[in-house]
Amino acid sequence: MADFDQELDARGLNCPLPILRAKKALNELTGGQVLRVIATDPGSVKDFEAFAKQTGNELMESTEESGEFRFLIKKA
Amino acid sequence: MADKKMAIIATKGTLDWAYPPFILASTAAALGYDVEIFFTFYGLQLLKKKLNLKVSPLGNPGMPMPMAMDKWFPVLGTAIPGMESIMTMMMKQKMKSKGVASIEELRGLCQEADVKMIGCQMTVDLFEFKPSEFIEGVEFGGASTFLAFAGDSDITLYI
Repeated sequence: MADFDQELDARGLNCPLPILRAKKALNELTGGQVLRVIATDPGSVKDFEAFAKQTGNELMESTEESGEFRFLIKKA
Repeated sequence: MADKKMAIIATKGTLDWAYPPFILASTAAALGYDVEIFFTFYGLQLLKKKLNLKVSPLGNPGMPMPMAMDKWFPVLGTAIPGMESIMTMMMKQKMKSKGVASIEELRGLCQEADVKMIGCQMTVDLFEFKPSEFIEGVEFGGASTFLAFAGDSDITLYI
């Protein structure tokens, strides 16, 4: 798992909250910094792909580990 | 991406139907869309300062009922006084337990994200609503106000 600058715990939250909280967290970062998001919503896997595609922020990593989804997003 | 636009017409004033406009609007705003929602008829309930949204099993055969209640209650049973309040309470509890945001929260996120909310002036006059009943920042207008924005939107939804 690569390094990250900030972490967002979105466990227990359902659509669209993980995306909205991630967006807010990314606003606090500067370009090139990395946000790690931990979520339990299975829909977030596809949603973060779509989020990255549409916002230009890079989804560096998307992994699943014992029911938790971890994402690394690099701010554009 | 900054110039993509989404226009929504929200016409329904129940708890369940309050979700699609606010979920899509808040998410689109997070994706960089410029978003406007036009609230008309019962949709204006979604702009009230004090939300009192309900969900009803009456005339709503698709609604999953807790404890297989639909097996024991005939359709008329769903019209029993108090049923609507009970169902609304149960729905809200279920949503909370599943981490689904409340309408108040989603609406707040829309406001923070500068989603433009327009109330239908004709409906306000029709139902004799007072401007003070609505949340801050709501503007009022008519069909042409909506069309001016919707006309060059990338996505237009009627909910």
